[in-house]
Amino acid sequence: MDLDFTAAEDAFRAKARAWLAEHVPATPLPSLETADGFAAHREWERELHSDRWSVVSWPEEFGGRGASILTWLIFEEEYYAAGAPGRVSQNGINLLAPTLFEHGTDEQRARVLPSMASGEVIWAQAWSEPESGSDLASLRSTAERVDGGWRLSGQKTWSSRAAFADRAFGLFRSDREGLEAGKPHRGLTYLMFPLDADGVTVRPIGRIDGKPAFAELFLDDVFVPDEDVIGEPGQGWKVAMSTAGNERGLTLRSPGRFTAAADRLTELWRAQADPADTALRDRVADAVIGARAYRLFTYANASRIAAGGSIGTESSLNKVFWSDLDIALHETALDLLGPYGELADEADDAPAHGSWAEGYTFSLAGPIYAGTNEIQRDIIAERLLGLPKGRR
Amino acid sequence: MRFLLDDEQREFARSLDKMLSAAEPTAAVRAWAAGDTGPGRALWARLAEAGVFALAVPEEHDGLGPLPVELAVAFGELGRHAVPGPLVETVAAAALLGRLGGPVAADRLPGIASGRTVASLCLLSPAAPYALDADCADAVFVVDGDALLLADAAGPVQPSSDPVRRLARPVGGAVLRRGPEVASAAAHAAEVAALAVAAQALGVGRALLAQTVAYVGGRRQFGVAVGSFQAVKHRLADTLTGLEFAEPLVHAAALALASDDPDAGRAVAAAKVAAGEASYAAARSALQLHGALGYTEELDLSLWIRKARALRTAWGTPAQCRARVLAR
Repeated sequence: MDLDFTAAEDAFRAKARAWLAEHVPATPLPSLETADGFAAHREWERELHSDRWSVVSWPEEFGGRGASILTWLIFEEEYYAAGAPGRVSQNGINLLAPTLFEHGTDEQRARVLPSMASGEVIWAQAWSEPESGSDLASLRSTAERVDGGWRLSGQKTWSSRAAFADRAFGLFRSDREGLEAGKPHRGLTYLMFPLDADGVTVRPIGRIDGKPAFAELFLDDVFVPDEDVIGEPGQGWKVAMSTAGNERGLTLRSPGRFTAAADRLTELWRAQADPADTALRDRVADAVIGARAYRLFTYANASRIAAGGSIGTESSLNKVFWSDLDIALHETALDLLGPYGELADEADDAPAHGSWAEGYTFSLAGPIYAGTNEIQRDIIAERLLGLPKGRR
Repeated sequence: MRFLLDDEQREFARSLDKMLSAAEPTAAVRAWAAGDTGPGRALWARLAEAGVFALAVPEEHDGLGPLPVELAVAFGELGRHAVPGPLVETVAAAALLGRLGGPVAADRLPGIASGRTVASLCLLSPAAPYALDADCADAVFVVDGDALLLADAAGPVQPSSDPVRRLARPVGGAVLRRGPEVASAAAHAAEVAALAVAAQALGVGRALLAQTVAYVGGRRQFGVAVGSFQAVKHRLADTLTGLEFAEPLVHAAALALASDDPDAGRAVAAAKVAAGEASYAAARSALQLHGALGYTEELDLSLWIRKARALRTAWGTPAQCRARVLAR
């Protein structure tokens, strides 16, 4: 058992750190949930890509560096420690790309991945529907087979980034039999579609601070060619679940985000907090301990994967842990900031260019998306502890 | 990097688990609490035979260590089975003597490694006046400033909320060693003790969770297993999450001690907070979800519930450990 990095890993860390020190914008970009911020973040993706830092874990032929999970974790630690911008491409890179690597065709990979890596095409996810949130498999949007492709109809919602994104991916019901037989996971097809296609209407939704972080999508007889189906028609649930594991598991929330935020919180506490306020001190310590625990837990998972194992239901533990940690950490920072804690991220006076305020707003969504924490706790209880199934 | 226990370490844990499951330590716990240490001493001898105490003793004094990772593995199992006695204090005393070296180490360490000597340790301060099981240990070491003493006797036992923990003030004693090296060895011993408590607490928490999962799976109300209710499930899911994320902190703290990392004190403090809180939360869940039955002394569950409470503050309170995590 060890926590040691190889000389090659240390060299990779040094190289990433040097590049980031030279390129990360001195002042944070505007919120990526605004039109200006989205454009600035897209430009940042292009800059990352030009030196092959946008998708380090992908194979070299698609613009990556073929990084192992551990090397990717090192990159993420350096990335967030450098205060680099949030990743506007993360839906595509973390959700769609792993699915394409596992279930896509060579043609799809060659067509979709390069423009994703460069930020030229930004992807939004289209999972939830007005009547299908945690119970995603009950979804009703349809894909009807026509000559040479499919026609999509229905309504998607809570589609992150869709207000400004270019394309989307999601699940559609291509066969009603499963639903009628009480087996809603059957008969779903995984499709990609352009957000500017005929028949698509995007209605941005303001998140709790008003920024259009997600959108409703109305699909009215939208034509999608066969080449945009991922995996076999009707097998969409299985295909999608391989990305859901990714979203909740290692990929979407790398520990680097939390260790960097905990370090910044510690600096803030040292600089500004009342040393006699031990209640606050304890909360800062808990954020530091939590971030460290999450990092170590992830190292253990990465070691397990490197040893040929896999991470399944355990990703539900991850999701509950990091999402609660993220909120607690940002709440502590805002409390510490006193009168400045309530300032919106766009306020001129907002501390740290609004990054605590923006981070707090962002963190509030964590326990809700990618399967609410209530659903995750059900999964933990039933599949890891073996407790009997009950009513949701 | 391979941040996973290796096969040998896993096998060590399995063999201890098997041995302790067969030994039914709860009878020894109840006897120890009542002042009869015989069954507990018999168990102690078997643990020594399995090499548990030798893990804290350097090789030149008939030990196998120091091996902090293996020590953490062992204390996880000792906690899981609620083994009685000054386990933590004995390995902490071994760490202290091992650091000091010299005649006192040569004199005392082989006995600790072999299990002949049940030791206790008190790093005297207003926050730590007691030596655990001082009334029944073979050797009670006391560090008072820069002096290491061997206590002559123990004051009256102050019953603990964990009945198996016999707390007493060490009395008098001859100076075994004096000098600044005593204080620095004592600081190291405190870190080893905190690591051992953290690992033990984790094992206590795992045992509490396992017993509670079994109980709520069988207990039926309103025609269904109470474990099918979401309020029950979510509480146990949180209990598991707490324990799962504390474990890597305990392993990392052990690695830090093994490599004499200057950050080891902070790593141990983080592990102690996380494991202590997770274990205590497991105890609260176990108590609540067993209903009135969990509030009884006769159910063995109470042995773990009460231990989790005591371990939370033993060898570093949550507040002290949190302060340490942030110390420069």
